[in-house]
Amino acid sequence: MCSGVVESHRFSLDSRLSTLDRNLGGGVMETAVFFVAGAVAVISALFAVSHRDPVVNVLSLVVTMFCVAVNYALLGASFLAAAQILVYAGAILVLFLFVVMLLNAPAEHPVHEPRPFQRVAGTLTALAAGLGGVVVLLTFHGQAPPPVPGTAVQIGRMLVGPYFFAFELVSVLLLAALVGAMVLVKRKH
Amino acid sequence: MWAELAVTAVKLLVVATIVLTIVPIMVWVERRGAAFIQDRLGPNRVGPWGLFQPIIDVVKLLFKERVTPTAANKLLFWLAPGIAVFVALVTFIVIPFGAGKDVKLFGVELSGLTVAPQLDVGVLYLFALGSLSVYGIVLAGWSSNNKYSLLGGLRSSAQLISYELAMTVSVLGVLLSTGSLRLDDVVARQQQHVWNFIPQLLGFITFLVAAFAETNRLPFDLPEAETELVAGYHVEYSAMGFGAFMMSEYINMVTASALAVTLFFGGWSLPGVHLTGWFGLIVSMGVFLVKMSFFLWLFVWVRWSLPRFRYDQLMSLGWKGLLPLATLNLVWVGVAMTMGWL
Repeated sequence: MCSGVVESHRFSLDSRLSTLDRNLGGGVMETAVFFVAGAVAVISALFAVSHRDPVVNVLSLVVTMFCVAVNYALLGASFLAAAQILVYAGAILVLFLFVVMLLNAPAEHPVHEPRPFQRVAGTLTALAAGLGGVVVLLTFHGQAPPPVPGTAVQIGRMLVGPYFFAFELVSVLLLAALVGAMVLVKRKH
Repeated sequence: MWAELAVTAVKLLVVATIVLTIVPIMVWVERRGAAFIQDRLGPNRVGPWGLFQPIIDVVKLLFKERVTPTAANKLLFWLAPGIAVFVALVTFIVIPFGAGKDVKLFGVELSGLTVAPQLDVGVLYLFALGSLSVYGIVLAGWSSNNKYSLLGGLRSSAQLISYELAMTVSVLGVLLSTGSLRLDDVVARQQQHVWNFIPQLLGFITFLVAAFAETNRLPFDLPEAETELVAGYHVEYSAMGFGAFMMSEYINMVTASALAVTLFFGGWSLPGVHLTGWFGLIVSMGVFLVKMSFFLWLFVWVRWSLPRFRYDQLMSLGWKGLLPLATLNLVWVGVAMTMGWL
């Protein structure tokens, strides 16, 4: 009775993945969640760059990362979504927060007005980015997003298959960074 | 689609009710259990055997004056307990509470009493959201504008980050032997083979110790001990802010117990018993709750029996003790699976 549960689950994983792909990008729920997550991401990103209090900046960045993870999940990349929250929001931004809190960075007040060159450059950059966004929208209008290999099974297979060498190299790099950090922090007696 | 939404809402309601009912019961168990271990009576005046004591405590906390320190960052000060409770509650949606075989609700087939059974990264989601609990504590410590709170908050977050690693590695052994990240599959595998704590005893012990540290319970409760930095990161909180932190601690305890049961003790299953249909659902929920309450009692028992670790002992235990042991368990599981023993 229960004997075939785990094995048949392994075989049916692929069919379940294709069901996920077929359901993507279509329904009312997905569209609503996408727009809400996108709006919150943009608003919190604006807060992250423009608020005076550095702690609020970091927390807004956390919210942005959360919304990006929601977008990953909407594309079917569930592992990427969980990893985004686990690594980015849960570890990297915590360390950002530590640095901001411990350095006691005060809330900034702008010391001087931006110079004319800065205003012009900023406006041009914003216009270029907006134009680029419009071009991208018009090019890909109406097409479904391509299936992103983002579930745990797919990423796992890629890591031990075609990308095995890169995987091992990255772990050696991480080890080097770890040892380097410890050496740099160690005080000379 | 609406039927599925309704089913999810019902499951969510059941889970939320169970969890939020266990919290006041745990407060009562803590106080009576502590008294029992210390050879005294405990609260016994407010209702039969003092059962209404937690209710009166909550009422008191709701009506107390809410004091915010003068130079504290008001937004973050009151956001921190909210984050703590939110993160503690959302981790429940991937834990299987009961068997769901051959049961239909509103015409939708229940595949296991999990609020979100289709989430194929179950355990990873749980750890991802668990790692966000650091924010509640760090923000509480910093926004209180009190150097002792800040120290307590930093100590606690360092402890949480360190033991998160040991906990994840000890769970990796279970995930390796199951071959899936979903907790439903972990339970299903334990129905066919033995409960995971037998072949992976070392993993179970490291997981339990790390869970004690992750929930800030004795012997790892240095950051919030009353004798240390006067209750550490939540010293400035009054009324419901303090209540929220206490609630988040008990909810984290329930999550840790539920995880221990699901990963290592077979979840809702009983060996050799087929649990199908509505009767099986109720029985399996009962089995799960009984197993979970053993671990909840274990939390209370250990708290009132052991002295607490000093901060340096705590950190060295986490990095130099638990992490190597958990890795050893992972190596053992790998070897056993290659040899075909698991």
